[in-house]
Amino acid sequence: MADGQHSFPDAQGHFGPYGGIFVAETLMPALEELRAAFEACREDQTFIAELEHELRHYVGRPSPIYHARRLSEKLGGAQILLKREDLNHTGAHKVNNCIGQALLAKRMGKPRVIAETGAGQHGVATATVAARYGFECVVYMGSEDVKRQAANVYRMKLLGASVVPVESGSKTLKDALNEAMRDWVTNVSGTFYIIGTVAGPHPYPMMVREFQTVIGRECLTQMVEGFGRQPDMVIACVGGGSNSIGIFHPYIPFDDVRLLGVEAAGEGIETGRHSAPLTSNARAGVLHGNRTYVMQDENGQVIETHSISAGLDYPAVGPEHAWLKDSGRAEYLAVTDTEALDAFHALCRLEGIIPALESAHALAQAMKLAPGLARDKLLLVCLSGRGDKDMHTVAERSGIQF
Amino acid sequence: MSRIQITFQRLQAEGRKALIPFITAGDPDDELTLPLMRSLIKAGADIIELGVPFSDPMADGPVIQRASERALAKGMSLARVLGIVRAFRAEDTATPVVLMGYANPIEAMGFGAFAEAARQAGVDGVLVVDYPPEECAEFTASVRAAGIDQIFLLAPTSSEQRFREVAQAGSGYLYYVSLKGVTGAASLDFDEIASRIPRIRAVAGMPVGVGFGIRDAETAKRIGMLADAVVIGSRIVQEIEASPRERVCANVETFVRGIRVALDELAGAYS
Repeated sequence: MADGQHSFPDAQGHFGPYGGIFVAETLMPALEELRAAFEACREDQTFIAELEHELRHYVGRPSPIYHARRLSEKLGGAQILLKREDLNHTGAHKVNNCIGQALLAKRMGKPRVIAETGAGQHGVATATVAARYGFECVVYMGSEDVKRQAANVYRMKLLGASVVPVESGSKTLKDALNEAMRDWVTNVSGTFYIIGTVAGPHPYPMMVREFQTVIGRECLTQMVEGFGRQPDMVIACVGGGSNSIGIFHPYIPFDDVRLLGVEAAGEGIETGRHSAPLTSNARAGVLHGNRTYVMQDENGQVIETHSISAGLDYPAVGPEHAWLKDSGRAEYLAVTDTEALDAFHALCRLEGIIPALESAHALAQAMKLAPGLARDKLLLVCLSGRGDKDMHTVAERSGIQF
Repeated sequence: MSRIQITFQRLQAEGRKALIPFITAGDPDDELTLPLMRSLIKAGADIIELGVPFSDPMADGPVIQRASERALAKGMSLARVLGIVRAFRAEDTATPVVLMGYANPIEAMGFGAFAEAARQAGVDGVLVVDYPPEECAEFTASVRAAGIDQIFLLAPTSSEQRFREVAQAGSGYLYYVSLKGVTGAASLDFDEIASRIPRIRAVAGMPVGVGFGIRDAETAKRIGMLADAVVIGSRIVQEIEASPRERVCANVETFVRGIRVALDELAGAYS
């Protein structure tokens, strides 16, 4: 394991050949301003104290690690431990990053925040912190997603945000990101763009990672306290990759801990209807301001993706994951819609926890591995969010209409 | 000397400003792109910017986004854009053609393969919106070796230091983005542009064009008083979008001629 990896990205935001800043010239100074502000805050004890206070009293951190005993017993092998990010305020890990960026926006004196959202989780988390700190808030959401996620759209509106349906391209998350970027270019001086994942141009992949590593840092302590040692494997789902980087990153120096990233295989990698750029070995390319693995056709046009989980339905992946794959420090696999649904139902019935469909992908991978492993092996799964938002999707698959 | 340099030298000698229209290749379909390029020349275009459509055009407003979608729906690709340039070059050896687009289609083709194919097709310049100078050294070397100019953007947010860095990296001409926003956005701040352009020209060492938000003869003329070249894109693409197929070329020609006449009045005023 290269020691240098832990200090990535370099000063220009590169993780090996990935990452960087691929944006139109207008945004270059704004990204530099953001980088400088972030670098100053991460060293500032007042900022750190405020962030910790908010994470504790507003988000409800630390989130516990829960030993899923009945599930583990049923599988008959390794023990499955769940890092309960679903218990955070707003129901997912997304809020960790939103609080961090909102405090930064406050420091920078920006009165307006914008965000992109797919399923609506990041949009809800952004609208939440905008209400909490008194920002004007605009959330861009593909018009297809607006239709599919009416409840989250209403949540954002309740919280005082404007939700703008995006009609361009495939009318989903990637197009919402394009549109948010266009807003930022236009209103760059008074607007803070809260990107929801470890993608986008530098410093976003680094900054979002730093705000999400609270997940993994808590695990380092909690594992020793609760289980006497670190886990054998850490397993997390990967869409853009923010919960997975958040839990992986503090474990990178622990060579004995395997890191497994789980992408969405959708209807199966072989069908082409999936959202798994790493597992399917998509070509490297440039999308949304960074170089990474991008699902594209032979002419370099980004192709449409599929997953039952809207939060994983993204054609690229954060550049640090691209690097972790190439370096071999993390391994990437994919789980189908059906496998994720099976895991979803198992967790509901055996542990009384309704997981987000995204998180169910990570759980499904753990459930595949556990039976083949000894009972004293520990699999730490990031349960990145709760599944209330997925009621309609799951019900529909079971042929139930509300 | 490159076609772009020759063109600007001729214009300077004539006391005229360069008119650079933009169209998206393959919009409304690829059979019309070559005829549209001819219409632009007839109307008095000096350089043609040909948009290479991309699925995720982050820096473009709704008008050019829709043009990209129309073109992609009909199967336009970077390879086919190069085919159009080759056909154009067979009948016009004087007018420079600049490709404008995004990094990913070029990365998919490969830098070396792109540079060679573009050179053979007769491409004169390339402007990759999401390649700032610090991210594209290898690409810059490839196109430079093929004798192709790389045109960079400067923005209202760019510092004086940045003017110099970008001028160092580019060749052909510099493209000043006249507003904070995407292509086709409204409201130009002429005072801002008037204060910026001389400072850019002082360090550029090459002609400076202005684009984004130029909509009619009047705004073109005001920009023409400040810059060496005027770029008009969204407004032309709007004309294409609004015209029945059989009227597209004629309508575009009429619109662009109006801009040409206005810009040449400027030359008259000075001579």
